[in-house]
Amino acid sequence: MSSRKSNALDLHVPAPRARPGDKPDFSGWTFPEPGDTPRPDVDAPSMELREYAYGLIRVMDMDGNALGPWTPHIAPETLRRGIKYMLLLRAYDERMHRAQRQGKTSFYMQSLGEEAISIAQTLALNPDDMCFPSYRQQGILIARDYPLVDMMHQIYSNASDPMRGRQLPVMYSSKKDGFFTVSGNLATQVPQAVGWAMASAYSGDGRIASTWLGEGSTAEGDFHAAMTFAAVYKAPVIINVVNNQWAISSFQGIAGGENTTFAARGVGYGIPPLRVDGNDFLAVYAVTQWAAERARANLGPTLIEHFSYRAGPHSTSDDPARYRPADEGRSWPLGDPIARLRDHLVSIGEWSEEQHRAAQEEAVETVRTVGREAEKVGVLSTDAPATHTRASMFEDVYKEMPWHLREQRDETGA
Amino acid sequence: MATMTMIQALNSALDTMMDRDPSVLTFGEDVGYFGGVFKVTEHLQKKYGPKRCFDAPINENGIAGVAIGMAAYGLRPVIEIQFADYMYPAYDQLVSEAARLRYRSANDFSAPLTVRMPYGGGIRGGQTHSQSPEALFTHVAGLKTVIPSTPYDAKGLLIAAIEEDDPVIFMEPKRIYNGPFDGFHDRQVSPWSKHPASEVPEGYYKIPLGKANIVREGEALTILAYGTMVHVALAAAEESGIDAEVIDLRTLLPVDIETIEASVSKTGRCVIVHEATRTSGYGAELSALVQERCFYKLEAPIQRVTGYDTPYPHSLEWEYFPTPPRIIKAMRRVMEG
Repeated sequence: MSSRKSNALDLHVPAPRARPGDKPDFSGWTFPEPGDTPRPDVDAPSMELREYAYGLIRVMDMDGNALGPWTPHIAPETLRRGIKYMLLLRAYDERMHRAQRQGKTSFYMQSLGEEAISIAQTLALNPDDMCFPSYRQQGILIARDYPLVDMMHQIYSNASDPMRGRQLPVMYSSKKDGFFTVSGNLATQVPQAVGWAMASAYSGDGRIASTWLGEGSTAEGDFHAAMTFAAVYKAPVIINVVNNQWAISSFQGIAGGENTTFAARGVGYGIPPLRVDGNDFLAVYAVTQWAAERARANLGPTLIEHFSYRAGPHSTSDDPARYRPADEGRSWPLGDPIARLRDHLVSIGEWSEEQHRAAQEEAVETVRTVGREAEKVGVLSTDAPATHTRASMFEDVYKEMPWHLREQRDETGA
Repeated sequence: MATMTMIQALNSALDTMMDRDPSVLTFGEDVGYFGGVFKVTEHLQKKYGPKRCFDAPINENGIAGVAIGMAAYGLRPVIEIQFADYMYPAYDQLVSEAARLRYRSANDFSAPLTVRMPYGGGIRGGQTHSQSPEALFTHVAGLKTVIPSTPYDAKGLLIAAIEEDDPVIFMEPKRIYNGPFDGFHDRQVSPWSKHPASEVPEGYYKIPLGKANIVREGEALTILAYGTMVHVALAAAEESGIDAEVIDLRTLLPVDIETIEASVSKTGRCVIVHEATRTSGYGAELSALVQERCFYKLEAPIQRVTGYDTPYPHSLEWEYFPTPPRIIKAMRRVMEG
């Protein structure tokens, strides 16, 4: 180290306000009131939409009232479907997380606290729109009625795993359900979603693409590559940044969120930047609808920042109590997405506490029943299931197996 | 039949495929209006319109990622990485994504894309326009790697690559884009028109991937080469007076092991030639394969003639670039063994 100079500079390393042992601190955070943010026309020029990057679109207040021009006017039946899906997702996550703790699988990732994002967005999209998720959007599959048992088979890498035991748990894939194979290498799916959307436009198709990544991985080059291509070619794509505040142990300031918002990344690219309360089912639905309508009108991409909180650990390999206050999630000023939609439905007379409890129990029971079914097929163990033959390890590397893989397969005695 | 340079043959391959198949499109830096810095995509935008042949932002990461998304949709994109030296930002997308979609999704998704990239030295391009990174692709499960050495092969192999249902890395030896360079940099370079493999059919034909070509039959020793080095090896064979069999691999992965094995079993001697750096280069794989399969037929240790393990130099290019005298030296060494 050189000696300190009279004009010495100082390196800034961002730090979160609260660490374990501290009181959660959201003081000084201000949000626009629910209903206060105007809703622009879907064909508004992106230059006129820049302010949306710095606000927060909110529909529901904390008492469950839906307010203002972003209110999406969803049929109560759809809202009930939405809350049931969220309850099912939460129950599924809870059981799979526990299954990992019981040694039934190697790894799991919950979407606790972020359920409104995947569920409301899936309901706002068309069923054949293509999704390029990150690893925390299993709610897309749930809201598209993908068989829960197949999800569990994947988690257990068992004989019925549609991925044939090739992938880490939660890395689902289902082309027929418009769900792209989850990578695990962060943000790689974002330029791919843009390419898929460009291909749809090229082919005169009507489908659009939607992709998700965390605020942490917006720092990856892939995100910026995707934003550039999406803007340049006006790709019919929705790029969703799920800002859940934490990238494993790194708070959002490490990803570059200390002096701006993640939605504001859209400003430089000329992409409409909508920033939304990610725990507000109605607001998430409304902005998705806006972005989808814009994309379908051939007006190009939208960047949505979902402002939320990762209420659980990053994964089963993570213990958030080691880097953030244990009660930070409970103090989150924008509440819990399921409780908030429940309150709204109750307040409009379309739901009751009893119905909610019953739906919750039904979700838990469904997961339990399906769980037993999946476990009967098998859980992850030292020995791969008999259907995952040694020979199968060499399949699907290429469409047709080249000689060197055939030779290696034969070497194993398969 | 027409007489074509390698550039014209590659252009003809793209033209043929874009004409046959509306799912084929091409993009890359300067690829559209301008037709590419080496002119491989010339006239294609005019003929097929800007949606099928267009310019891309200077972002190889994005070019590759976008092409993967297009391929997953069902198109057959052909992307150009302006120089192989610029492929590194695309590497994660190619290695972790394109190469593995089929496997990780259990055959649910795949990425039938072709990644064209001019590679190799001999053009005074310095360390950012001369590299030969083929081993970085042959090391990756799920990719195929192809390198042509003549206009005829270039067209037939590129068509085969575009029709492949798996991702193909298509590396173009840019030193021989306009003529078959034999490695004697101080001699007059002959144009492709004087070479029989510049006779290229106008329409559709394919050269299957995974099939090597014996470009010179011989009994004394086997030279394994690809790209520009095929011509350098042929020149070495002529100059040396040694009756060498020269094999142009054409596809590096999957490599045509039968042709290699038959030849080395016959000659008992093997020289491997490539431009890329030596350590962990593709020649190391070839050497291992030959040793594993032909050990008891070998009369001498296998020799490698390669670029050195240094960055590609500018002023010392002709010290670095494998030339006929270096190959002849290696040939004499295996003949002595």
